Amino acid sequence: MIQLSNITCKAGNKILLQNINARFEPGKLHLVIGPNGAGKSTLLKIAGGQISPHAGTVLYETKRLETMSYQALARVRAALSQHMELSFPLKVWEVVMMGRYPHIHGNHVRKDIRYCHEAMQLFDLEELSERDYMSLSGGEKQRVHFARIMAQIWEPVPGSCRYLLLDEPLTFLDVHYQFQFMQLLKTLLQQQDLVIIGVVHDLNIAAKFADNILLLHHGKLVCSGTREAVLTSAHIREVYRLEPVIYETSDRYFLFF
Amino acid sequence: MQLNKQYRGVYPLLTGLLIITMILSACYGAIDISTAEIFHAFGKTVAGSGNLTLHERIFMEIRLPRTLFCLLAGAALAVGGVLLQALFRNPIVEPGLIGTSSGAAFGAALYFVLGSTLHFNTGEWTLPIAACTGAMLATFLVLGLSEKKQAGKTAIVTLLLMGIAINALFLSGTGFLSYIARDPQARSITFWNLGTLSGASWHAVIITSVVLVICFWRALSNARQLNLLILGEEEALLAGVSVQRLKREILIINVVMIAVVTAFTGVISFVGLVVPHFLRIWRGADNRYLIIGSALAGAVLLSLADIAARLLLRPAELPIGIVTSVAGVPVFIFLLRKKNYYF
Repeated sequence: MIQLSNITCKAGNKILLQNINARFEPGKLHLVIGPNGAGKSTLLKIAGGQISPHAGTVLYETKRLETMSYQALARVRAALSQHMELSFPLKVWEVVMMGRYPHIHGNHVRKDIRYCHEAMQLFDLEELSERDYMSLSGGEKQRVHFARIMAQIWEPVPGSCRYLLLDEPLTFLDVHYQFQFMQLLKTLLQQQDLVIIGVVHDLNIAAKFADNILLLHHGKLVCSGTREAVLTSAHIREVYRLEPVIYETSDRYFLFF
Repeated sequence: MQLNKQYRGVYPLLTGLLIITMILSACYGAIDISTAEIFHAFGKTVAGSGNLTLHERIFMEIRLPRTLFCLLAGAALAVGGVLLQALFRNPIVEPGLIGTSSGAAFGAALYFVLGSTLHFNTGEWTLPIAACTGAMLATFLVLGLSEKKQAGKTAIVTLLLMGIAINALFLSGTGFLSYIARDPQARSITFWNLGTLSGASWHAVIITSVVLVICFWRALSNARQLNLLILGEEEALLAGVSVQRLKREILIINVVMIAVVTAFTGVISFVGLVVPHFLRIWRGADNRYLIIGSALAGAVLLSLADIAARLLLRPAELPIGIVTSVAGVPVFIFLLRKKNYYF
């Protein structure tokens, strides 16, 4: 579980996040939504320990985030960030293997190779494994990085949850891989020690897959909970300035604009 | 996907080449020395008998330290290139571009001019220290001035342009010093700027190897973290690297290494660019492989350049910096024209 308490974050005089309280339990898919500049990425970066908040605390289970070393954190928490710059000719599997670096001293061993294989299988990368990373398309590169961060937290950690933070993971993916990826996250969540927090833009994706939706606006948490509680006409109107048509059956929930 | 399959066989091959170049470098020059003479020279020196022939003395006192120093210098320059390129995540950066060489040259020029004018103690360490100080000053000026105010990130274009500016400043400083210098000093400065290994001595070999052993050790122990750094600073941080510490350490290693070598050889450019690039095309871009491979290949390449420098105008010799530049510029141009490099 990750718990954020009274998180406030500023950039200069601008308030990016104000007094956020949230709990992210394992086994559930938590998706953060909100318009541009709402503070979604900042929230994720604070949860991942990349930025420290100006006020408030981040707890990983019972441990305060700032007491954990970068290395210790990297063994339990993997995050996908938004850029994928790399101008050196590394093989795909070499990039994926980098996910194992926080766990290995010296050279990688058979176990690490197996984890990389399994992570690459998840994202259909087996055939690309010997390809030069720089020659891949945007979506393929993104899948390589998915595999890398999955390899990073592939192995269960005794006595701790594992945490996966995804900042707009669907950006470069086609519809097929978007759905496959979201399905994959749901499957992974069956392992009860996994905490997944993602930022997405597509409200229908959030409605379809999320167990818990957090709606951010102007750095404040408007509300959180199930799709029926969060994705209401009133909220969408207030936050996105759009009038949605909501189509709801017992197992489906769609928004049209 | 096998354990470093793609990098297999590199080190034995390069080591073999290294041994061959070493022998060539020991044998050929203004005066050719036969292998028999080399064995005799070693034998006599080990036995401690003082009566070496002229050729044997040339070998022991000039040729051998020069050969060894050349290997060290080539290794240092190439590894320096690898480190800087990983640090800036860009394959076209090399020590000359960010002021290290021109700063070292300026420091050395100050030493040449002031050292003899003011008659202060000019022990064996003074020149390296002067060059080192100059190199650090120039490099940190370039880095400090091109750093963006908020992020602590350095945009590569700003960095290169700042490098041009600071290089120009230090080159004009060196120019001024050679202008006011007396003739022998001015010649030392000129030679220095062209790069030459003719001044290599046993002292230089010893000082440089001590520094290099430490620097290579530090570089290698950071190699894996450098791999993560080339994915991006944020990615490296997320994978558990303390990025600020890593960047600082790599910069210091790099500046010290390049400065010490440059202090004895003068400015030798393009080795740090060509060698890592060649190794990347050949096998791959893992920094662990690149550091060791570049050390070996850099040593080979600079030795070959030095042999060429000695033989082309025999019995006179060409400054080695001219040789490496003539060979390196086409590679640099080729690199720039390939579009898939990221800025």
